[in-house]
Amino acid sequence: MKELRLMKGNEAIAEAAIRAGADAYFGYPITPQSEVIEYLMAEKPHERTGMVVLQAESEVAAINMVYGAAACGKRAMTSSSSPGISLKQEGISYIAGAELPCLILNVVRGGPGLGTIQPSQSDYFQATKGGGHGDYRLIVLAPASVQEMYDFVKLSFDLAFKYRNPVMILSDGVIGQMMEKVEIGEQYPRLTNEQIDELYPWATTGKKPGKDRRIITSLELDPGRQEQHNLKLQAKYKKMQEEEVRYEALNCEDAEYLLVAFGSSARICQKAMDLGRAKGLKIGLLRPITLFPFPSKILHELATKVKGMLTVEMNAGQMVEDVRLAVCGKVKVEHYGRFGGMIPSPAEVLHALETKIIGG
Amino acid sequence: MTEEIIIAGFGGQGVLSMGKILAYGGLMQGQEVSWMPSYGPEMRGGTANVTVILSDERISSPILSQFDTAIILNQQSLDKFEKSVKPGGLLLYDPNGITRHPVRTDIHIYRVEAAAEAARSGMAKTFNMIVLGAFLKLKPIVKMENMEKGLAKSLPMRHHKLIPANMDAIRKGMELVEAVSVLV
Repeated sequence: MKELRLMKGNEAIAEAAIRAGADAYFGYPITPQSEVIEYLMAEKPHERTGMVVLQAESEVAAINMVYGAAACGKRAMTSSSSPGISLKQEGISYIAGAELPCLILNVVRGGPGLGTIQPSQSDYFQATKGGGHGDYRLIVLAPASVQEMYDFVKLSFDLAFKYRNPVMILSDGVIGQMMEKVEIGEQYPRLTNEQIDELYPWATTGKKPGKDRRIITSLELDPGRQEQHNLKLQAKYKKMQEEEVRYEALNCEDAEYLLVAFGSSARICQKAMDLGRAKGLKIGLLRPITLFPFPSKILHELATKVKGMLTVEMNAGQMVEDVRLAVCGKVKVEHYGRFGGMIPSPAEVLHALETKIIGG
Repeated sequence: MTEEIIIAGFGGQGVLSMGKILAYGGLMQGQEVSWMPSYGPEMRGGTANVTVILSDERISSPILSQFDTAIILNQQSLDKFEKSVKPGGLLLYDPNGITRHPVRTDIHIYRVEAAAEAARSGMAKTFNMIVLGAFLKLKPIVKMENMEKGLAKSLPMRHHKLIPANMDAIRKGMELVEAVSVLV
C-alpha cells in the first residue's frame, strides 16, 4: 500500500522535491510559504539524498544560486511568496534567456506591495506574461490540492528539463497552508555528474580535453543573433502550447453555464457548482491546470455550447482576459473576484453566477 | 458521509491541533480530509479557527461559510460563527467565559464544561481532547481506535506517552457533554 500522510501543501512541495531527486533548494523565508524551507531544514535531505538546502541572504541571492546550479545541469528550485517573487524576477528572466531548467514556487499572497499574508491569485499576470523583462514565458502549473502540490514538483522538473525552461508552480496561501491527504511517491535518485554530462550536452560540467567549451549566458551583443535566439524561444513556447496544455473539465458535457477557475478558486467553484446543480442549474467547471500554456482550445469549443462563462479569481480580473481571448466574443464572459487576501465563499460564487451570467 | 466542521477559539487552546487530530482520525479510516486554518498574525490569546472536512468523497471547497458543526470555545467565536451553522446542524460550546449564550432555535445546541474539567483534573493541556470527546459522542464519525491511531500520527514520538491521557480526556468529554436545546 502507498504511504498516506496528512500534510500542508508547503510540506508536500518540500517532501516531493527530495523524492524527485532534486539537487538543491535555495530560498529565503516569507509567509505563507516558510514551511517549505522549515520542512527541508528539519528533514536534512543532505543525509537522505545529498540534496543541498540553503537559506540565502536574500531572494535575489537565492534565485542566482538557482541560476548557477541550473547551469551545471542540476535540479534546482526556489520558493517564495509574491513580494519575494518580484525580487527574483531579474534572475528568472536571465534563467529563461539562458534557457536553463529550474522550478520556482510562488505561494501567492495579497498585494500590491507587501500587501497581506492571506491567500490571493493576483500574480497571474506576472507568472503567465513574463514577469521580468524580455520576451519570455514560464510553464506555469496551478495546483488545486495538496496532492497536486506534491505531484507537480516531479512534473515541473521533467518539463523544465524537456524544454530547458523555468517552470513555476503558482499556488496560493490556501493550498500552501491547508492539510490534506497525500499519497507519497517513490524516491527517485539524484543524477550523478556523469549522467548529467551525458544527458545534458549544454550543462557546464567542466571542460573536457578535445571537447568544445559549453557557455551559458543570456547576453548577446549582436542583435541579429539575439533575434534568432528570440525566434528559437518563441518556437519553443509554441511547442509548449501544442503539447503541454493541461486542464480538468467537470460536468462540462451538459453545462449551460461555465465557471472557469484555477487553484483554490476552482475548489470553491466546485462547491458552488454542486450547490447550483442541487437547484437544477446546469453548471460546469473548467479548471486550467497549465496557466501557460493556457487551455484556449477547449474554452473556444465550450464557447459554442454554453450560454455564458464566469471566471472566479482572487484578483481583480486577470485570467478573464485570456478566457475572453480564447472565446473570441462568441459568448458572454464575466469575472467575479475578491482581493487583498479575502476568499470568496461557494455561496458568494453561485450568487455572482446567478446575477452576472444566468440572470444577466 | 460528509461532515463540515468549524472549530474556533483562542490561540493556545489547541484549536488547530484538535482539528488536526480529528483529520488524522478520518485519514486513518480511509476518508478524504481537509484542514484549513485561518492563518495570520495570530498569537496566544488571539482568535484562531480551523475548518475541518471529513468525507467519503472528493472534497470540493476547503473554505466554507456554512457548517454542519461549529465547535466554539470563546465569546468572539460564538458571536461570529453561531449564524454559520446550517439549519438542523450542531453547535457545541464550552460555557467557560461565555456571557452571551447561543440563541438559535433551528439547530442542536450542546455544551461541555471542558475548561472546568481540565482545571479540576490538573491536566490543562487535555482541554481540547475533552471538547473533541464531546463532539465524537454527538457525532461518532471517527471510531475510537482510529482516534488513537490519529493521535499517534499527529503527536511527535516524544509525546506518545501522553496518548492514554488524551484518550481518557476524549472519554471524559463523552461523559460530560450535555444538551442545552435539541430539535425534536
